[in-house]
Amino acid sequence: MNLIMTDTFAIELTDIDKRFGAVHANNKVCLQVKRGNIHGIVGENGAGKSTLMSILYGFYQADAGQIDVLGETYTFTDSHQAIAAGIGMVHQHFMLVENFTVLENVILGCEGGALLADGLAAARKELTRLGDEYGLKVDLDTTIDQLSVGLQQRVEILKALYKGAKILILDEPTGVLTPQETEELFRIFNALKQQGVTIMLITHKLREIMSITDQVSVMRAGQMVAHRDTQDTSREELAELMVGRKVLLQVDKKPANIRAPLMKVKRLTVADSQGINRLKDVSFELRAGEVLGVAGVSGNGQTELLEALSGITPMTSGSIEVLGFEMDAKNPLTPDRLRELGLAHVPEDRHRMGLIVDFSASESALLGYHTDPKVNSGIWLSNSKVEANCQALMTAFDVRPADPQLKSANFSGGNQQKLILAREMERNPDVLLIGQPTRGVDIGAIEFIHQRIIDMRDAGKAVLLVSVELDEIMSVSDRIIVLCDGEISGRINTADADERTLGMMMANALDPIDPLQTMDDQQAFSKQESNQVSSQVASQENKL
Amino acid sequence: MNRDTRITWINRLLLPLLNILTAFAATAVVFWLIDVNPIEAAQVLIYGAFGYKEGIGYTIYYTTNFIFTGLAVAVAFHAGLFNIGGEGQAYVGGLGAGLVILFLDPTLGAWVFIPASIIGALLFGGLWALIPAYLQAYRGSHIVITTIMFNFLAASLMVYLMVHVLREVGQMTPQSELFPTNAWMPFVHDVAAGFGYSIEASPLNLSVLLALLCAILVWFFLWQTRWGYAIRATGKNGTAAVYGGIKPKRIIIVAMCISGALAGLVSVNELVGYQHRLIMDFHLGYGFGGIAVALMGRNHPVGIIVAALLFGTLYQGGAELAFEMSGISRDIVVVMQGLVILFCGALEYMYRPWLIRSLAPVNKQEVLVGAAA
Repeated sequence: MNLIMTDTFAIELTDIDKRFGAVHANNKVCLQVKRGNIHGIVGENGAGKSTLMSILYGFYQADAGQIDVLGETYTFTDSHQAIAAGIGMVHQHFMLVENFTVLENVILGCEGGALLADGLAAARKELTRLGDEYGLKVDLDTTIDQLSVGLQQRVEILKALYKGAKILILDEPTGVLTPQETEELFRIFNALKQQGVTIMLITHKLREIMSITDQVSVMRAGQMVAHRDTQDTSREELAELMVGRKVLLQVDKKPANIRAPLMKVKRLTVADSQGINRLKDVSFELRAGEVLGVAGVSGNGQTELLEALSGITPMTSGSIEVLGFEMDAKNPLTPDRLRELGLAHVPEDRHRMGLIVDFSASESALLGYHTDPKVNSGIWLSNSKVEANCQALMTAFDVRPADPQLKSANFSGGNQQKLILAREMERNPDVLLIGQPTRGVDIGAIEFIHQRIIDMRDAGKAVLLVSVELDEIMSVSDRIIVLCDGEISGRINTADADERTLGMMMANALDPIDPLQTMDDQQAFSKQESNQVSSQVASQENKL
Repeated sequence: MNRDTRITWINRLLLPLLNILTAFAATAVVFWLIDVNPIEAAQVLIYGAFGYKEGIGYTIYYTTNFIFTGLAVAVAFHAGLFNIGGEGQAYVGGLGAGLVILFLDPTLGAWVFIPASIIGALLFGGLWALIPAYLQAYRGSHIVITTIMFNFLAASLMVYLMVHVLREVGQMTPQSELFPTNAWMPFVHDVAAGFGYSIEASPLNLSVLLALLCAILVWFFLWQTRWGYAIRATGKNGTAAVYGGIKPKRIIIVAMCISGALAGLVSVNELVGYQHRLIMDFHLGYGFGGIAVALMGRNHPVGIIVAALLFGTLYQGGAELAFEMSGISRDIVVVMQGLVILFCGALEYMYRPWLIRSLAPVNKQEVLVGAAA
């Protein structure tokens, strides 16, 4: 291999091989990342992306193969060595101390002596320089919990750069960002690229791959299946390469046949334990035969909305009429009562709420329905009936492995999610609340899940879909409401929605909408209003 | 065998076994330090517990207490509650059994007395646990703190009652009058004699059957009923349980009452079965021992029976040891128990990482997939 060749690559992985027991996580993986480029890596969960990055970052050692970083060959045995070689990693979940300032977080691990003063002063100088150079402006003396998610991520990037990273690896960096924050992040990527920093972007969002990367590599089942220059490929081709077959990126659906409202939410307000209102005066109707999408950056009241509607979190004021029954702060309906009435709920967080990871699949598939007479005879809960029930759910939703006795924790995320969806959908509820149905789920399973949601809609059920994925909201729902800071900051018919409008609504950059004005049905989603919304967008654009 | 089953067996069998052996090794060191030959001591201990018929009777008699308290701790534990109040609940349970017997007409038959005293023990033990349960469920005080405090309250209450209210007329000792013989839980040796078998006399009484019945009922309740499901769901993941329509406050109350009631049954074995009167401090050590028994027995009735047998053995064998060997007092039993609790309870998982690394190496792909999900 000649010198000039190696010199052009920031990272060169040759025949990386890694087995975990029977699983061949990385099978002779080769990857060349050009210096100063933005390189995307895509692949389904379990395709081996994370393993490969962990090997590159020194978490794991490869069984075979060679790692070259900036022209030198390394054998990393821990991540310190990778950092020393110039690699920086920004994890999906930030590794920040919430009550430390930005500055304190950045120097964590390289304080430079027993007394902090000198280290802090030096770091302040260096960070100011980095901030100017790369356009990474953050107030160094703010504590992390005061910062938005986008800025926290910026701190993570600063941390990596401060430690001398020439190559940045980012794992699903845009999952928690608004479209605007994502744009800002991509602007930073470009600034970093100008300064010669190499960026490796691991994501499953093909649209982002297409818009920001120079090259993209696709992994499937532990192997690198393709390398492409981004300009020569398309989303469809990449999706097909990831899954190994053609994938429908758009959900195939008939026009909605919207009927009577099954749930009326009036001025719903929910306060948390500190008395802060997490939901403020939220009003909307959910009708039979429609999917109502709830868009918004995560943490803007979606969780509280789902939990209040399903009776888990008590409401502070307002009322909910569901399937002919009324509930308010004084007369709440409990989750079990709501379930009896025909309301099902697929929670946002499957590990925290959707299932019990220590339970067998069959026991998790019983959650919420353990008092069902079908599985109880007298005082006896029949385990064989519980297992038969789980087996039927697994068959209906193609959960793999179809073993009701297997511990819930041992299923992949997608299969756990399918089991929960099966549990909630197969009871044929009239109202279905779904939170983040495809978070951490493979592309193939996403298609399946979306189709099932549409099937429910077409069967005349009312579906409320909460998701932080705009693509999902736009392709599955018929109408969209947007939550920002606990308030509805926008309502729009999907047909009239585009990403930019929704993004503005999510950031509440449009004029606030009077909750009373939009409380009444039909009118709220009339063409007029969405026109009004677009004109507002237009006027905003003019101002800019 | 796949990794999961291997880990299950490490947790269920290998780990408790290694912990116990470590505790014994530490005990041996203690013996050696006080100039007692550990092997000789072990021989005396095992002979004392199992070597002769009367000894076996005593061993099973003590085991019975530990089954009750072990089950009590386990039921609460499955609901995610740490009931440290077994001592107090057993003690107050004794008050319940004793009051029922003392207030009933002495001419009534055993068929009234025995079920009534059992119910009395269940009720009082359960009610003594209900107060901390209520405080946890509705007032947010911590069950560990309140149950510990309730042990002291129980002790003070009983001292007062025994000295001032229930003391036998004309006696100095703080104990009640003797129960009518109709109210005695039959001794196993008497029952056996009735069937024509001759067994050495020992305190062993039919309460042991009650303990085994309770073990079966606890198993059935926890794993074969919807209430058991609700309790286990709450213990494993409270948030998911709430989502599933389970009411955690109700679970706390139910689980703690059952737990307290089971602890209360210690008094059936001790008072109704052997002492035949209400006495002071009959419960000492069983409540805390139950925690170690439940931990060792992995909170499963079968495991609890096995662990209770071990503790019963230590109790009886240790008593024999103190009697037989010079230089050893009965306190050595407390030391041995303490070491068992230390290694099986506090240091429960000391060997776990090592065992799992060597016997069930991690399949990292699973971890990654899990992390990605």
